[in-house]
Amino acid sequence: MSVLVLADHDLGVLSPATARIIAGVSALGPVDVLVVADDATAIAQSVSTLAGVAKVLTAKGNVLADSLEVLLSGLAVRYHYVAASAGSVGKDVIPRLAAKLDLMPVTDVVAILGPNRFERPIYAGNAVQTVTDNQARHILTLRASAFRPAATGNAAPIEAIDGAVASAARLIAEHRTESDTPDLATAQIVVGGGVALGSAENFQLIENLAKKLGAAVGATRAAVDAGYAPNDWQIGQTGKIIAPDLYIAIGISGALQHLAGIQGAKKIIAINTDAEAPLVKLADVALIGDLFEIIPQLISELNQRIP
Amino acid sequence: MKILVAIKRVVDHNVRIRVRPDGSGVETTGVRMSMNPFCKHAVEAAVQLSEAGHGDEIVIVSIGPKVANDVILTALAMGAHRGILIETDAALETLAIAKLLAKVVAEENPDIVLLGKQAVDDDSNHVGQMLAALTSRPQATFASEIKVTGQSLEVTREVDTGRETISVPLPAIVTADLRLNTPRNAALPMVMKARSKPLAVRTGAEFGVDLVPRLTVEKISPPAERVAGKTVGSVSELAAYIASEVSQMEAL
Repeated sequence: MSVLVLADHDLGVLSPATARIIAGVSALGPVDVLVVADDATAIAQSVSTLAGVAKVLTAKGNVLADSLEVLLSGLAVRYHYVAASAGSVGKDVIPRLAAKLDLMPVTDVVAILGPNRFERPIYAGNAVQTVTDNQARHILTLRASAFRPAATGNAAPIEAIDGAVASAARLIAEHRTESDTPDLATAQIVVGGGVALGSAENFQLIENLAKKLGAAVGATRAAVDAGYAPNDWQIGQTGKIIAPDLYIAIGISGALQHLAGIQGAKKIIAINTDAEAPLVKLADVALIGDLFEIIPQLISELNQRIP
Repeated sequence: MKILVAIKRVVDHNVRIRVRPDGSGVETTGVRMSMNPFCKHAVEAAVQLSEAGHGDEIVIVSIGPKVANDVILTALAMGAHRGILIETDAALETLAIAKLLAKVVAEENPDIVLLGKQAVDDDSNHVGQMLAALTSRPQATFASEIKVTGQSLEVTREVDTGRETISVPLPAIVTADLRLNTPRNAALPMVMKARSKPLAVRTGAEFGVDLVPRLTVEKISPPAERVAGKTVGSVSELAAYIASEVSQMEAL
């Protein structure tokens, strides 16, 4: 049973999500990985080292949904599964591809129970659906955060294929968030802030703590809407879904939609003035108090404990 | 320009849902239902485009039981011109929904189709993309800004790395993200007026589309419960806990 995975990448670098998707689907069969980029060389090289990869295919082109759909639907006939991460590119193209092939996709998969049995959350993660897919081919997106990354040490062959399908859409501008913090969707530690921070300047407290811990920075939708943090830091039902080993939630009460994004976190720490906040109630460890007093003290304490 | 907006009636997003103990689904009887929040942003976007002189007619379509009339009325009260209800009591998959909508698009031939990017019940985020494939139209998903520039749209989309702006030629399919706008609450006179706007009721069967589900839902279960932890009394205790967690991670 062969699998085709669409690789995620940014600025010529393979996204950490892809290693997790490959590990997630490798139990289903040999995995070929498609890299679509203007210059796929370095990305393809990274992919070829991942365990479970049989072959890397590279195609010149962009990742706009309509052109990607044409490229993938041409390749799909050779595979039993086509999978991508449930990031913005996967969400954009996978349903489009499925409809083109007259298939119902299974998306946001968090567990693969068998060759055609999958688990996916619904209602903002307040329920989990177990589905059986008896179609001839399976079109999937997987949540990267639900899977561990594939090991490295492989040297799969790389093969260029004909790509470059024209898109009706045209990219005009990118508004990229400059940040040197780890990838939010796959980070081991995440520090998240809510509206209680009160301003973009104050939000730097969150960034300072994250920096100290080598953590990714996250935010609630309300904090993003208030302009304290960029939209790609948003954690939640419609933002990024995270599953770090440690999530430190600061000034976040825990709306349903935010809780949907952090269900996979192994340990949760909450810092909040309100002892009754939902997130405080389900945290492994909570500290009640004013974040503006706590965070600077915490950073200085951590400076002593973690060199 | 003609704008078609597809909307869905779902369990209100503020309701804490309850999974039925027999695993057959989520309890929806006696539960407050309303228009899917993302759909509301799509309706608002259509009304704003119309108010800016870009929409001569806004047509609302919803697929669901007879009571889905209420969300169509809400959209009409917000400023849409007429509604179509495709009445069905079956739980349709997104592929079937997209196929029905593709038939409506073929009949209505709108310049812009607006949809919410996802429904908060199944959280699928499929229908706009599928409709784009079935109608061979370009798509602009997760839109947080829409500008009409002649015969194309400039759409700013929320993506993993931040935002990007793309240009798509019309006719096109656009799905709305939450930051696109702030949906209006219709004033009472508009609600009264909505009742006199045309609302056609059709059946799923008359479109000749295969609506049989492709996936078998075996069961719906509640997620694993988290066990509440402890409250620490000082920053030092918290720092000690974090330091010990971090040191265990490095040991992995």
